[in-house]
This record gives sequence, structure tokens and C-alpha cells, in this order.
Amino acid sequence: MGLFVAQLLTGLANAATLFLVASGLSLIFGVTRIVNFSHGSFYMLGAFVGYSLMQVLPGAIGFWSSVILSGLIVGVIGVIVEVLVLRPVYKAPELFQLVATFGVILVIQDLALMIWGAEDVLGPRAPGLKGIVRFMGEPIPKYDLALIAITPFVLFGLWYLLTKTRVGVLVRAATQDREMVAALGVNQSWLFTGVFFLGAALAGLGGAIQLPKGGADLLMDFNILAAIFVVVVIGGMGSLPGAYIAAVLISVLNVFGVAYIPQSTLVLMFVVMAVVLTIRPYGLLGREEVAGEHGQVGEPEKPIKPASGRARIVVGLLLLGLVCLPLLDSHFVLILATDIIIFCLFAASLHFLLGLGGLVSFGHAAYFGGGAYVAALLVTHANAPMELAFLMAPIGAGFAAVIIGWLCLRLTGVYFAMLTLALAQLLWSLVFQWDEFTGGDDGLVDIWPSAWLSEATTYFFFTVIIGVGGILLLRHVAHSPFGYALRASRDSNRQAEATGIDTKKIQWMAFTFAGAMAGVSGALFVFSKGSVFPNELEIAKSFDGIIVVFLGGVKTLSGGVVGAASLELVKDYLTRFEYWRLALGLLIIFVVIVAPHGIVGSIRRGYERLFSRSTTRVDGESS
Amino acid sequence: MKKLGSFMSVATATAVTLASLLSASGTALAEDSIKIGEINHYKRMAAFAGPYKNGIELGLAEINSAGGVLGKQLEFIYRDDQGKPGEAVKIAEELVSRDGVAMITGTILSNVGLAISSFAAEKKVVYLASEPLADGLVWESGNDYTFRLRASTYMQASMLAEAAAKTDAVKYATIAPNYAYGKDAVAAFKKALTALRPDVEFVTEQWPGVFKIDAGAEVQALERAKPDAIYNVTFGSDLAKFVREGTTRGLFEGRNVYGLLTGEPEYLEPLADEAPEGWTVTGYPWYDFVDGPNKVFVDAYTEMFDESPKIGSLVGYMTAQSIAAALTRAGSTDMESIRTAFIGLEVDTPVGNIVYREQDHQSTMGAFVGTTTVSDGKGKMIDWSYKDGASYLPSDEEVAKLRNPE
Repeated sequence: MGLFVAQLLTGLANAATLFLVASGLSLIFGVTRIVNFSHGSFYMLGAFVGYSLMQVLPGAIGFWSSVILSGLIVGVIGVIVEVLVLRPVYKAPELFQLVATFGVILVIQDLALMIWGAEDVLGPRAPGLKGIVRFMGEPIPKYDLALIAITPFVLFGLWYLLTKTRVGVLVRAATQDREMVAALGVNQSWLFTGVFFLGAALAGLGGAIQLPKGGADLLMDFNILAAIFVVVVIGGMGSLPGAYIAAVLISVLNVFGVAYIPQSTLVLMFVVMAVVLTIRPYGLLGREEVAGEHGQVGEPEKPIKPASGRARIVVGLLLLGLVCLPLLDSHFVLILATDIIIFCLFAASLHFLLGLGGLVSFGHAAYFGGGAYVAALLVTHANAPMELAFLMAPIGAGFAAVIIGWLCLRLTGVYFAMLTLALAQLLWSLVFQWDEFTGGDDGLVDIWPSAWLSEATTYFFFTVIIGVGGILLLRHVAHSPFGYALRASRDSNRQAEATGIDTKKIQWMAFTFAGAMAGVSGALFVFSKGSVFPNELEIAKSFDGIIVVFLGGVKTLSGGVVGAASLELVKDYLTRFEYWRLALGLLIIFVVIVAPHGIVGSIRRGYERLFSRSTTRVDGESS
Repeated sequence: MKKLGSFMSVATATAVTLASLLSASGTALAEDSIKIGEINHYKRMAAFAGPYKNGIELGLAEINSAGGVLGKQLEFIYRDDQGKPGEAVKIAEELVSRDGVAMITGTILSNVGLAISSFAAEKKVVYLASEPLADGLVWESGNDYTFRLRASTYMQASMLAEAAAKTDAVKYATIAPNYAYGKDAVAAFKKALTALRPDVEFVTEQWPGVFKIDAGAEVQALERAKPDAIYNVTFGSDLAKFVREGTTRGLFEGRNVYGLLTGEPEYLEPLADEAPEGWTVTGYPWYDFVDGPNKVFVDAYTEMFDESPKIGSLVGYMTAQSIAAALTRAGSTDMESIRTAFIGLEVDTPVGNIVYREQDHQSTMGAFVGTTTVSDGKGKMIDWSYKDGASYLPSDEEVAKLRNPE
């Protein structure tokens, strides 16, 4: 009994930080609809700022004022980010802002390294709360009790702010219908800035308040990210009480998981999320999303059309250039080009899903890595020849996509995205955990191509044929009746159904097809590198894909490919320098601001504007 | 066109500015030098890779001021792989084909090391795995072209098991990060300890996610099992949280605790005055050397960089030494000659003479084993001794079986 209560209290104490950080994320999402990837960075900044303040401010008063001050300081940093980076891109397509927040992560990582150095810092203990109290013989740290006590006050404060004050009324109104709030004369941009301040401040507070239980390090931004997204989704996006319940649920289950199934630590929260979303598709306290909230906002998209003659010539020339690369006689150029083509195919397959299907998958790496692993497992365990293994990769990846797609397609919008993430993460932990079969994180090595492909030049041509062929196939399918039906399902589900299109089936097929194509790129990858490790299935890999699709232009057919090629090239160059993350982050933010429709989208708009202006002028003259 | 033109010019201007900003940190390559490709996670694991790089720099400075090797200057090209195995393989390709390096070295993370090792065997390039600890590198996945410097997981775990076997503790609990390194470390400790003491019993095994420890819950779970002794493999921020919760809740009172790598300055220093006391650990007591080659190295390092050395510094220094020795022995930069030179290569290092074994290409670099304490507000190792790695490796037959399982 004593132990049980003690474990419960540990869980509740752990929930405090999780709730603080997650509530900020939930608030920001609820009002601004921004999926803020950089929220973990605010949390990390809170920890480092809090640590620095605690070095100067003495005693209990110093400690607690440091905690509050770090919240405020990080809130101000949040405001700076919002005003400088996000405000220029609010009009961009939905979810585009997440690319900008990704740039912010990179910048903050390098700045934190410059300011606080590479070594972990140990957080100071809270003055006056260093010891323990005994409950039925079980030791309970005093600071745990403080955390348990503080959280409900924060929750209550937020609740009061949101329900009892005028600001709160406006925030809630904006959460439900921000156009209407704007129409009523409320200055939206200040509302957004205010919410960003509050959200970032909560993250900063969370970072500072956990210092006595750990410290600050440069990996904590990414380490908390998955957990807070899970909490927000389980609770229901935008719901603060939901976030609190979810944080408690996750933390308490985790404590018991650690005690009774010690191996469960990697998967537990994703299992909980998958279960909750299966039973309650909008989280515990979430509302059903209003139709169109995540599909098509803003101006309607122009219908796609086959490439013009000029575009075909340009692409043809580019391809010709590509196949002439071996003439340069540089082994490395071929390797780099092979890498880029593989990544382009991966991005193109995700773009098919995201751009044409309107299905935002946050777990697309599952099929890339899945394909790579199918091939590698066949080679390792069945001694399969490379050709057979290569063929089986898309089949295996497609099979995974059939199952995951079936489970996820019952949801829409952000919930769909999060469930794909959860299931991808389950697959990852399966691979990670099952050492005997998959090699765990020591991966599978010595997966090299057959003799006829082992030369870099031949493998390059092989990649060109398969990779470019795959990209063209994806493009061809977009123009087929299936592609039309898919876009119809995206743009107006009801009308598509009315014309006799089985939208769910179409989307399911698209999901499977995109998965299989990602599997092809995975197979190309594993034989070019000779090994595969679980990081190819990781969240980070999925995010890489999403970022290049948006960066290239989600509403253009070539966006994925262009985004992938540009980012890979830039990265290859920049990573040679010391502060490459800072440079890459700034570059991404810069591109996002000057090209809010993605690289291709914005260039095309530029052309169109010029073109239409000149025609108008001609028209005017003739009339 | 004007609009697009101005956009392009802004973009170009930015790109140029960025490039010129960045190129300041680039290094010019000397013409007449032997180049070595060094791949590491300079950003992702900056706290570890930094001291390691410094160690190499010190080694290089000494080697080159003494005339270099084979009449040429020795030079390292440092590249960041972002901690991704696939990226590391790409960089390895570039280093070999474009930069013309004589051989490759580096990495801390085991999975990146394994990826490069597989590449090395396929492309017939010599790879000296300097820091990664995975046993697989020289055994299950071992190959002709891969050599490893640092004392492996197995070797260090065996040293702790030897110390543990001398006590009368019977019930052991383990806590290790839930990935390959943690699993290997627990398996090796269990194997070595049960071989010495068949009567011991493992009452619980805890597996927190790496850098995601829920320390309070782990401490409760360990306490619940009522072990006599605890074997810890957690490190970094996990270790800090574990030690703090464990101390607060009295987990370590009256128990023997064994900590793999816990005594390394990388992990012990951040804990400052909260470093655990009385743990038996492997580590690097640089502060305690009074004379001999160890002291000479520590002094030279401290003077050059104005900071105290970490274990990574020592490994980096020994990496440079090993490569110079191999090149000298090979007499040329021909890949096969370098490979043959590494087999059975003897190197005179700060910790003594080490040999790259013929049977598995593992060096006999050992580790320092001692007891932790806190003095002057810092965690330190006392009563330490240097254990030669050669005595903590399996028999030749066993190694042969591991390398060629038929």
C-alpha cells in the first residue's frame, strides 16, 4: 500500500513538468493552429536560463523567482520568434509554419551550445525542499510534493484566465473561429503574440521547475518533444484540462510500467496514445475538428495540369545532365547524387500523400525504414539475393502501410497525423527492441548489392532508373483517374462521395501506394550504404520528409523533389562548417519568409504575377 | 522579371554572405601531407567529441614537430556526421575518394562505428574505431579492415565483475539504458560475474530509455527488489537524475554500487559535489597522476588547451599515436600495408604499451578501476589501479568462434 501510494506520487510529480510544457503547446496550437516543433527548444531554454539565474539569486526566494523569471524570459523569446519568424507566414498553407519552427530549433541548438557550452549542467536543489518525508515508511522527496501542489494552481490559473477574463474569451473565440473574431474587430496578431508568449512561458517554466530533479543539457529539446505531443493529443488538442489528465495518465502509467515491465519504457506512451485515439478519435477532452480546418484553407488550389512543353524540355535537360554526371569522373559526386535521388523519391512519395491526398502523415519514415529493413532482413536471415530482397522491400513497406493506413484513416487532420506518428514509433521500437531478429540499434550490416551493381557508377545508374522512374510514376498516377479521385476526396469529401467515389478506399490505396514507393527508396538506401539502423525509422526522419515537402511547396507537383534536392545539397555543403546548424536554421527561416508557398510555389507565383500583369497591360492598351 | 530578379539577387547576396561567414572556419589543407579522415558527432555529442578532438590535436602537434611520419606532416580532416550512420558512410566515401585519405578513424556512437566498419570491409579501407564500445565491432561483426582502440564494453564490465565477485553480495540489480550498449554491458557483467560467483542472483533489471529516464520510478523499482548490490550503466543526464533521486531516497545506503564508465570525467565532473560516494567504477583519474607518461600527457594537454583532460582526450591522443605508429610500420600509405601494419602493432602510450591483437584487432588498452569520492566539491576516483585490457578478454578459441560462427 505504502509503495503503491509512493509510486502514484512519483507519477504525479513527473506529470508537473510534462503538463506545463504540453499545456503551452496545446494553447499555441489551439489558437494559432501552429504545430510548434520548437516547443522543446523553449523548454530547454527555460532550463538553461533558470540554471544561470539560480547561480546568481540566492536562497529560497532566489530559487522561486528564478523559476518565474525564466518563464517570463522564455516567453519574451517566444514573442521574438513569433514576431520575426511566424508572423510573416501566417497566410501560408496550413502547417507550413512548422518548417519555420524547425529552423528555430536548429538556431536555438547552436546558440545554446555557444552560450552554455557542451557539458550537461546539474540543476541546483530547491532550498528548503532537499530532503524527504516518510509516508508509511516510503521515502517521498519534498520537492515532489511541491510539484504536485503547484500544478493544480497553474491549471486553475490558466482555467481562470481562459474562462473568466476578457482576454480568455477572445482566446477561446479565436480557438473556435478566428476569422469571425477578426471580423468582430479584434486585433488577431496581438492575440496570437500574446498566446505565443503564454505558451512559451509555460514551456520555460516547465524547463526551470524540473531543474532540481535533473538539470539542463543540449539534447533535452528533442527528448521531450514526442512526449508533449503525445500528451496534447491524448488530452485533445487545445484542451488544458485534457492535457493535465493526459500528463497524469502517462506519467503514472509510466511509473508502474517501469516497476512491472521494465522493458516497456520506449513504447508505453505510444501504445496509450494509439489506444486512446482508437476509442476516442479526438482525444479525451478534444472536440471534433470542423471540416476544412486542416484540408484546404485560404484560396482554392489550382488544378494540376500536365507539364508544359517548356517544362518538359527543362526536366529533360536536367535528366540528361544527371546521366552525364559520371563524365565528371568524381566518385563522390555520384555518391552524393545517389543519396539525393533516394531522398527525392522518399519526399515525392510523402508529397503524393500530403499534397495530393491532403493526408498529413507524421510517420512516413516507417515505410522508408520498413522497406530498408525488409530487404536487409531477407539478406541477413534468408541469404536472399539482392534482386529478390529489393523486390520484396516495396511489398513489405506497402503491407505495413495497408495496416497502418486502415487504422489511421478513421481519423482526420492532426489526429490522423499523430496516430501515424504513434504507429510508426511502435514499429521503430519493435525494430529497436528485438535484437535477435533486427539487430536492435546495432542494426543490420553488410547488406551490399550484387556484384554487377557494386561499382558506384552502375549503382548510380540503377538509382537513376528506379528513383527517377518512381518519381515519374508518382507524377503519372497524379494525372490518372485515381489521382483525380484522390484530389476530389481531399478537396471535398462530401461531394466526392456524392459522385460515387469511395473516398476512404481511395485514400487507403493512396496511403499504401505512397508507403510502397517509400519502401523502394528505402531499398535503394540500404544497398547504397550497406547497412541500416533504427534511426531510418525515427521521428526525425519523418520530419525531414515533411520539411522538404513544405519547403519545396506542398501545393505543387514537383515540390517534394525540389525541396529534397535543395535541402540535401545545402546540408552537404553546410555540415562542413562548425556552426552549420545555425546557418541552416537561418537559411530555412529565410526561405520560409521570402517563399511562403514553398520554393516551387513561390517561384511559380512570381512568374504568374509577372505574366498576368503584362497581359493585363496588353489588354488595357488594346481596349 | 524584375520581381523575380530582385528575389534572386537577395537570395544570392544572402548565400554569399553566409558562405563567406562560414568559410572563415574552414581549414586550408597543406599539400605535402598524409591525410586521415576523422568522422564524429561533433555537434550531437559536443561534450565528448570536443576533448577527443583536442587529444588528437595534441598528438598531431607532437608527431609533426618531431618530423611527421614517412617524411610528411600528418593531418586529420574532421567531419560531422550528425550522429547518423547513413550520413557517416557518405562522408567516408567522400573522404576516401575525394580527399584521398590514407585511412579512416573516429566515432563515439556504436551504431555509426558499425556502419563505417561494414563500409570499410566492403571498400577495403582501414578503419580504426577509436571510441565506440560495442563488442560486435571486433567480434560478431568484426572484419579484416576494422581495428578498435578503446577498452570495449565486455572488458570494462569484466573489470567491475571481478571487483564485485570479491564481496559477499548475492542479490544484484541492474539498471542500464534500453539500447545495445546497455544490453551488452549488462550481459557481459552477468556472464563475468556468474562465472566467478555461480551463487549470485539477479533480482531485477531496469531499462530506462536512453536520456529519457524516469529516475523516481526507477529508484522505487530498484528499492522494491531489495538488492545487495546495484550495477549501473546509465550515463550523462540519466546518471545525474538517477544519482540525485537515488541519494534523496536513500537507495545507495548500505549497498555496493558498480558504475560502468561512471568515473570518467565526462560523466563525473558535471555531478560536482553530488557525485556518488563509494561506487566502484571505471574511469580516468587524471588528477591523481604524480609521474610517468600519464602525468606527462596530462600536463601537456592542460598546457595546450588550458583545461583538464577527459577520457576522450586520452583516446584521441592514443588514436593519433596509433595511426602514426601504423603508418611508420607500414612504410607507405598503401592500404594493404597499413592494414598489415596494424595487425599486432605495438604502441607506446600514456597508459603503457598496447597491442592491436592479431585474433580480433582489439587493442589491449585497459581502464582505470577505482572508488568514487567527493573532495573539494568534486567527484573523484580514489584507490584506483590500471587494469591491462589483455587480461579481460575471452580466450582465443572463444574469440575465433565469435568472429566466425560456423
